[in-house]
Amino acid sequence: MAKQMWRTYDLKKTYDIVIIGGGAHGLATAYYLAKMGVKNVAVLEARYPGYGGSGRNTAILRSNYRTEEGIKFYDQSLGLYENLSTELNYNLMFSQQGHFTLGHTESSTSGLVTRAENNKALGVNSFMLTPQEIKKKLPEINISSHARYPILGALYHPPGGIIRHDAVVWAYGRGADKGGVEIHNLTEVQDILVKNGKVEGVKTNRGTIYAKKVISVVAGWSSEVCRLAGVKLPFVTHPLQALVTESYKPWLHHVVVSSTLHIYLSQTDRGELVCGDGIDGYPHYGMRSTLGFMEAFSAHVLELFPILHNVKVQRQWAGLCDMTPDYSPIISPIDEIEGFYVNGGWGTYGFKASPASGFNTAKMLAEGKVPDMIKPFSYNRFGENRLVGEKAAASVSS
Amino acid sequence: MSFMLRCPNCGDRHVAEFSFRGEYLQRPQQEDEFASWADYVYMKENVQGKHFEWWYHGSGCQRWFLAERDTTDNTTQTTFWFDDRPRLINRESEPDA
Ligand SMILES: Cc1cc2nc3c(=O)[nH]c(=O)nc-3n(C[C@H](O)[C@H](O)[C@H](O)COP(=O)(O)OP(=O)(O)OC[C@H]3O[C@@H](n4cnc5c(N)ncnc54)[C@H](O)[C@@H]3O)c2cc1C
Ligand SMILES: [Zn+2]
Repeated sequence: MAKQMWRTYDLKKTYDIVIIGGGAHGLATAYYLAKMGVKNVAVLEARYPGYGGSGRNTAILRSNYRTEEGIKFYDQSLGLYENLSTELNYNLMFSQQGHFTLGHTESSTSGLVTRAENNKALGVNSFMLTPQEIKKKLPEINISSHARYPILGALYHPPGGIIRHDAVVWAYGRGADKGGVEIHNLTEVQDILVKNGKVEGVKTNRGTIYAKKVISVVAGWSSEVCRLAGVKLPFVTHPLQALVTESYKPWLHHVVVSSTLHIYLSQTDRGELVCGDGIDGYPHYGMRSTLGFMEAFSAHVLELFPILHNVKVQRQWAGLCDMTPDYSPIISPIDEIEGFYVNGGWGTYGFKASPASGFNTAKMLAEGKVPDMIKPFSYNRFGENRLVGEKAAASVSS
Repeated sequence: MSFMLRCPNCGDRHVAEFSFRGEYLQRPQQEDEFASWADYVYMKENVQGKHFEWWYHGSGCQRWFLAERDTTDNTTQTTFWFDDRPRLINRESEPDA
């Protein structure tokens, strides 16, 4: 194995395609472009690959969404993830341990039933369980009817699970590098050059470079980057926080999510619990943790798992999420600017989408045609009032 | 990152007492075309820096007001009633005002 995951280069004057942002989506796009034979590509990353949400998420993967468009897309992604360790020759530690979404109210439970039915119709393995069936798989869970939010049922999704997020970023980066793509760290895009309705290139802290195609793949920073091209987005940037506990012997063998309680947790192979909550309630570009998050998470998780009352938290952190009005992404050309594309709006749920996002984005850039799979995620859908409502399936992260 | 927000009615209170209710954007006229309404409903400036926004003091006086807040550090904020916006928004949006 090479000492470095990817090589360092001087910036060239021109590339066929410039990808702004070295997260999982930018690097996956680069990897699939190289695989499709498009190699004169640069990934420009302001800090280091994985600095954004891709290095800060709780790594939950699943495909049991609500809409037909969403289910098909996330299922393609899960399928690609299933073969990714082999394809990239990198142990991504993908553990398909099963994923629970708990229902605590009649309305949230009926939303889960709708999803179960939609999933079944589209061949995605996801079905309802009763509290007693949940208890069999999660013996430590509190299914008492006296809880503040008693558990009424759960949507169970056997192929869902967790993965090693850093490894996904590194493996896509290494794969892209092997395929001939240049990955540039510490290269911040400071302006996007547009002339007569066509994109010409980008200005960076290391100089100006030219390209006929430029794509913004910067998640939480999308509004600022696209503003450089004069493009307005429907995104709002909110921090999302997470924490990790000390290691304990294995006791939690499935991913557990509750949108009513705003929590999700899983246990890593090292024994730590990786936990998260809902987004901070107001837009913010800082990545500081809050005590409020820790308090709310702790109070809620103890309702589900009272055995955690003595558990110690090791670290807390935050990342930025680009929330959209319909909880679906944008992967799309921008009609007003020839050669300019946007991949973003991944909110709190985009890590699971990295392979399908990268694959379809690469296809869109290479062939100059939007693949059917991502047509519903067009930029124009907002102007046309044709939203792809995934709120019920994506609003509590994971 | 937590902070204190000044309700124009109640004074400084912890941000947890309030709900953020969206960026302050110019509302189109009733007769304006669909495109400007779609733009108003969905598109956001989402600025990394100072912007104007709506807040609702749900755990206090239950009134709505406007704030200027820096989204990078939550500081440098002024808060005021909707009726005061012509004076304050114009003044505050001038550089270094
Ligand atoms: C705490 C947390 C938990 C999450 N949990 C899950 C989960 O369990 N499952 C799931 O599916 N998703 C989850 N997500 C969401 C997921 O992490 C993101 O949607 C996903 O990682 C976005 O990837 P990306 O490549 O689009 O963007 P990012 O990984 O954010 O990368 C964007 C990159 O762009 C760079 N950049 C910004 N501006 C510029 C510029 N001007 N020039 C050059 N580069 C620039 C940044 O430095 C950054 O590296 C979570 C997110 C957070 C924060
Ligand atoms: Zn008040």
